[in-house]
Amino acid sequence: MSDATQPDTAIAGPVLAADGTPLKRSLARSLRVQKMRAMALIAPLLIFVLVSFIIPIGSMLFRSVENGMVEQTLPLTVVELQNWDASTGDLPDEQLYAAFVADMVVAIDAKRHTRLGTRLNYEQTGMSSLFRKSGRKIKKLDPATDGPFKEQLIDIDKKWGEHETWAVIKTHSVAITNGYFLNAIDMQRTPDGAQAQPEDKRILITLFKRTLIMSMIITCSCIALAYPVAWLLANLPARSANMLMILVLLPFWTSLLVRTSAWKVMLQQQGVINDVLVWLGMVSDASRLVLINNQTGTIIAMTHILLPFMILPMYSVMRTIQPTYLRAAKSMGATNWTAFWRVYFPLSVPGIGAGSILVFILSIGYYITPEIVGGTKGVFISNRIAYHISSSLNWGLAAALGTILLAVVLILYWAYDKIVGIDNVKLG
Amino acid sequence: MKTKLTALAVTTALVAPAAMAQEMTIVSWGGAYSKSQLRAYHEPYTAKTGVSIINDDSSAEAVAKLRAMDEAGNVTWDVVDVVAADAIRLCDEGLAMEIDADTMLAAAPDGTSASEDFGDLLVSDCFIPQIVYSTTFGYRTDLVGDTAPTEICAVFDTDAYPGKRSLEKRPINNMEWALLCDGVAKSDVYDVLATPEGQDQALAKLDTIKDDVIWWSAGADTPQLLADGEVIMGSTYNGRLFSVIEEQKQPVAMLWDAQVFDLDGWIIPAGLSDERKAQALDYIMFATDTQRLADQAKYISYGPARKSSAPLVGKHADMGIDMAPHMPTDPENAKNTFLYNYEFWADYRDDIDAKFQAWLAK
Repeated sequence: MSDATQPDTAIAGPVLAADGTPLKRSLARSLRVQKMRAMALIAPLLIFVLVSFIIPIGSMLFRSVENGMVEQTLPLTVVELQNWDASTGDLPDEQLYAAFVADMVVAIDAKRHTRLGTRLNYEQTGMSSLFRKSGRKIKKLDPATDGPFKEQLIDIDKKWGEHETWAVIKTHSVAITNGYFLNAIDMQRTPDGAQAQPEDKRILITLFKRTLIMSMIITCSCIALAYPVAWLLANLPARSANMLMILVLLPFWTSLLVRTSAWKVMLQQQGVINDVLVWLGMVSDASRLVLINNQTGTIIAMTHILLPFMILPMYSVMRTIQPTYLRAAKSMGATNWTAFWRVYFPLSVPGIGAGSILVFILSIGYYITPEIVGGTKGVFISNRIAYHISSSLNWGLAAALGTILLAVVLILYWAYDKIVGIDNVKLG
Repeated sequence: MKTKLTALAVTTALVAPAAMAQEMTIVSWGGAYSKSQLRAYHEPYTAKTGVSIINDDSSAEAVAKLRAMDEAGNVTWDVVDVVAADAIRLCDEGLAMEIDADTMLAAAPDGTSASEDFGDLLVSDCFIPQIVYSTTFGYRTDLVGDTAPTEICAVFDTDAYPGKRSLEKRPINNMEWALLCDGVAKSDVYDVLATPEGQDQALAKLDTIKDDVIWWSAGADTPQLLADGEVIMGSTYNGRLFSVIEEQKQPVAMLWDAQVFDLDGWIIPAGLSDERKAQALDYIMFATDTQRLADQAKYISYGPARKSSAPLVGKHADMGIDMAPHMPTDPENAKNTFLYNYEFWADYRDDIDAKFQAWLAK
């Protein structure tokens, strides 16, 4: 609007509003008030999103690279380590040992040395007890008078006389590290740069791949099962459609844990499905089907649990498809199949797209169902993230895994937008 | 109206701190275990002092939550029930308060100091032991054939005992049992397990039964699998098996051989205000004395951590059966036992767990 007034101003000087101020300024002012009002209206949401979403995700992203602990706990040692060349194979000199003792005495006083031991134990087995045990003895040393320390430390624990111990501390003494991300893709940070983990410890890439593949299978089976149900919902008379809708929503309102445990009762070898099959004589008692504690179990249970998220968007899109379109197609000679495939199906694609995105994104983050019914081959990367959050306390690695998962979702979303177009997604 | 509201707010603000002292939050595992604590500790304590106790069943995530609370600078828990391994980690992380057993805990009735009464079970400076429990096997008496298993290696013997077994989805205990049944002497198990070759050996032994194992992650899984006949034998906590056998009357029996002792007990979070700390210590002093620990065994089949409590263990409060023969520490059950090696697993847990999970996924 203000642009439109520009040519006029150029020709005839400023156009004035009724109260004598230039029109441009007057308009800008009234617009500003409107904008402020709009901002005030969305402010609660904005603040909520910022506090509950942006800040936690930001801090999670930061945790995956943050590694200030070594530097904060052993400040003098880290400075000395700069001068030590790990590649020569020689042990550090007395100066470094003295700095280390001075740092440790302060750290032990604040009870921070065991925390550092736990941190370094993620990289090198044995660091945890090395710091805990040595701490009890180093506590008694006086950094000012008890030197020299090199021999004494090696006496306390021979690991202080091993090159590897110091190399690990030096490798992980940087404040911002790529170590967690390397760990997250089955590699490790070593003095000689990034290297692959030994083969018997590689697990995370496998889990990422499995999570993606199984989420796609679950999404596909949801599409296959949900499409006919959604079609029925949209086309049945209101009474029966409502009844069916209740049947769809009922499990949706039931606790997730209850539904997952119910699947256990259904699927196990002495469970309902196997009992019925044996009773019908379709499988022999000795060769009951293994339907749970494997990938089959995860796929069946998660398909069931996520089905409503597919049915509901499909249904809301299908309701908007006019039956007259199909009648028109048939009146012009299309068979039932052609009418469905060329007219109805393309119109229902936005619903499939919306449902698929919902189901896929929900399933790659799923944790509790795979844990209960997935056995060993049906668990996802989120089970590993949960392990590192609550059991191993390796939050840096958990954050790195989470960040990668987030990046994968964003990339897939972007790819979806490029291929199908996000405008094509409709939730209703 | 407005003044009234302000007045109300001021009164609440004034009353709140006073009320706080009369209330404390105790974190435990939930289920039958929390119920046994409620009856043995909480109810008598409330009756004695008038302090009301809020239960929070968060022990399974206690370490992660305490760390998060500490980072947020707002610890809302007063006393937390954790297993010993978690207590050691909380102590290492500076999240639990150090306890001086002799001044902060009650002495035994005969005057024996607390540190002597608990003995070796004080595995960490921050840990106040409460019970000894064990991870052991139960088997279906009707599904194992004519000769019931009597020793641990039956688990690895799929010829004599065909059928599924359930094992915990983590390396701890499983690796020890595997080595033990692969001919490693009990005294050498951890030395062997400390080497990559020893870890491979244990995994190779587990490999022989891998297709016959259902892996569990919750303590309730094995009892359910046994009751449904999904597995013929499985490991779990002895208290869970007790309730399957005695309360639900299922055809299940205990295989006590090579049971692994572990400890469960209290910690007090670091950084409590003086008032709350004094309150927590007062509770701990009361709840871990000789009589109270013996009382808990009336409600659940876990052994009291004090030596002086053992003779006081009586009958089950509701069922009236003698509890002593169901204790993992009973001499008849404890002929061949392991004690969870805390130091070893604190060091090797991350490394061996990665290998174990990679092996499971293969």
